[in-house]
Amino acid sequence: MSNEPILRIADLHVCIDDTQILKGVSLEIMPGEVHALMGRNGSGKSTLANVLMGHPAYEITGGTIEFLGEDLAEMEPWERARAGVFLSFQYPQAVPGLQVGNFLRKTVQALRGDDSPSAREFRQELNNAMSELDVSKQFLGRYVNDGFSGGEKKRFEILQLLLSKPKLAVLDETDSGLDIDALQTVAKGINASMGSESGCLIITHYQRILDHVNPSHVHIMIDGEFVKSGGPELALAVEEKGYEWLS
Amino acid sequence: MAENTDARDAVGDYRYGFHDPENHTIRFDSGLSEQVVRDISALKDEPEWMTELRVKAYNHFANRPMPTWGNMSMLEDIDFDAITYFLKSSNQTENDWEDVPEDIRNTFDRLGIPEAEQKWLSGVTAQYESEAVYHSIREDLEEQGVIFLDMDSGLKEYPELVKKWFCTVVPYADNKFSALNTAVWSGGSFIYVPKGVHVEMPVQAYFRINAKNMGQFERTLIIADEGSSIHYVEGCTAPTYSTDSLHSAVVELIALPGAHIRYSTVQNWSANVYNLVTKRAVAHENAVVEWVDGNIGSKLTMKYPAVILKGEGAHAEVISVAYSGKGQHQDAGAKIHHLASNTTSKILSKSISKDGGRGSYRGMVQVSKKAQNCKVNVVCDALILDEGSRSDTYPTMEISNPTCRSEHEASVSKVSDEQVFYLMARGHSEEEALALIVNGFFEPFTRELPMEYAVEMNKLMALEMEGSIG
Ligand SMILES: Nc1ncnc2c1ncn2[C@@H]1O[C@H](COP(=O)(O)OP(=O)(O)OP(=O)(O)O)[C@@H](O)[C@H]1O
Ligand SMILES: [Mg+2]
Repeated sequence: MSNEPILRIADLHVCIDDTQILKGVSLEIMPGEVHALMGRNGSGKSTLANVLMGHPAYEITGGTIEFLGEDLAEMEPWERARAGVFLSFQYPQAVPGLQVGNFLRKTVQALRGDDSPSAREFRQELNNAMSELDVSKQFLGRYVNDGFSGGEKKRFEILQLLLSKPKLAVLDETDSGLDIDALQTVAKGINASMGSESGCLIITHYQRILDHVNPSHVHIMIDGEFVKSGGPELALAVEEKGYEWLS
Repeated sequence: MAENTDARDAVGDYRYGFHDPENHTIRFDSGLSEQVVRDISALKDEPEWMTELRVKAYNHFANRPMPTWGNMSMLEDIDFDAITYFLKSSNQTENDWEDVPEDIRNTFDRLGIPEAEQKWLSGVTAQYESEAVYHSIREDLEEQGVIFLDMDSGLKEYPELVKKWFCTVVPYADNKFSALNTAVWSGGSFIYVPKGVHVEMPVQAYFRINAKNMGQFERTLIIADEGSSIHYVEGCTAPTYSTDSLHSAVVELIALPGAHIRYSTVQNWSANVYNLVTKRAVAHENAVVEWVDGNIGSKLTMKYPAVILKGEGAHAEVISVAYSGKGQHQDAGAKIHHLASNTTSKILSKSISKDGGRGSYRGMVQVSKKAQNCKVNVVCDALILDEGSRSDTYPTMEISNPTCRSEHEASVSKVSDEQVFYLMARGHSEEEALALIVNGFFEPFTRELPMEYAVEMNKLMALEMEGSIG
């Protein structure tokens, strides 16, 4: 294991439309670590996720984000993706007319460039990923997130996670709206994508998913700040007592 | 980015904008008169009825005012005297690709013909300027009695068949441009499919304007006899010149009882071509006619593929897409006339406008009084990519029979930032993301095309999205 962090955020301040949302967030994720982020609705969790991916609507007004030692703020979203940052969206977007199979192939090509698999290798890889997640073949002919159920969208995000093999996976409420079986499948996918050289930030409201992915660190965000960080026991405490005692 | 855009403006970004040295065997002086019309006919050694029809059509054209709709100011800019009405590049139609003059062959090679022929298509006609230069049809089709010729050869070899159907679907006096075409037509395709014959693979025609200020006036006539079927595909390109060219075609389709004709077009004229085309079909009992019509290029397109549902149980479908970029106006749509009972029609129109381009859907559906139990379905979707681009719809429904069931939906949407961000987060640049969205929007059209046209279409749209971010 190397000693360089995958992600190092220092005193991050972020605005949207002149409203301050993040008010000094610091976080370090080392290779092999899974960090959970919990917090009330509207506290700024998705904001952090979007900023990590480079959403153009957010403005960084202070602090730094380093990804494998590089200044992430200087990179376009697609450069971040190609460098190994992956975001599983809380609200995945539909693209009518864009077929899932076609989209995944293009995505893998965009991410891996010269190292892209041949059509046959890609099909093999895709088949493996799809059977791991219990996704049926018919899925490939549908349009990206178009008319997908909530659970299907989340499962599709994880399918993309498996094919993207990122160094940093940011999963924004990937467990929301999943039935019990789907939750286990999705957790299996998350675990399969994690390696000793990658890191994961998983945003969630529930302990359930954490039983499966075993985070080493848990952070609680309230009103744009991390008010408490700790080990897995913190998530259990939140589950039991809510957020009141922390604010 | 700004630098990039300037460079594109300077050299033009039209992919097919190369041009060969103009080598002509015959070039008429520009401008039009009755004498020019007679000369074209004489040169082609045509039967007298055709000469007289041309002259009548010319006189109608000369006296008929411009249309008062579409884009009047662009139409007024057409300088009919500056246009060359006939230009012959090759002395005969070749059957062997190797015999086609080299510069012409180069052009088509660059466009990917005749590779296309070998891979996919039953037959190919390539037309360069006014006349067909290359033509081929698979032997098995010939044996089944399928006729696939360029229109000039059709008139020579099957004068009676041509005389029987020519101008029956689009009378010369239908509109100013159908009159012009009838007066000066040259080339185009003539197809007859005998009873019960199914042409399994698409047949293809490729039209190219190479010379400056050139008019191309091809004329296509397809007759599908009872119970037969055919899919015809045409592609169109031209080089980029600073002066305008005119493309004014007439296409007539006749689907006899139980026949099925599908006619697909990918029009990618350069941005200085006026594309004013009349396309119309007649569908007899239980016949099916489908127009699959893609308009990417040209300066102004005015084109409304039409179907006259004349026999009971006939079905019409018009699927069209239009892309309007900078300085372009695509005025496209569809016309369906339900003249018989139990006839059904479906119109799907999709348009994208960008960089100040303008897309208009102009549709007309008529159901006559005596046509019982007809079904009409019209869907128009527009996607606007930036401020200042424009999309309008002018739908007209004239339903004179109360048993008709009709549906009409229209939507105008914009590309959302969240959609683009989602795709960028997957490793696609902003331009690539836009291309994915745009190609998705056109997918209901693209999936109807033969594979390689679909691929071509997707590439074209990706090119249109390049340099668009600034
Ligand atoms: N475009 C915007 N303009 C103004 N405020 C915004 C904008 N986008 C988000 N916000 C605000 O930023 C705050 C943080 O939102 P964010 O989506 O990050 O919350 P969250 O912690 O992910 O909440 P949830 O648990 O509900 O997903 C919210 O108060 C939200 O209303
Ligand atoms: Mg959120």
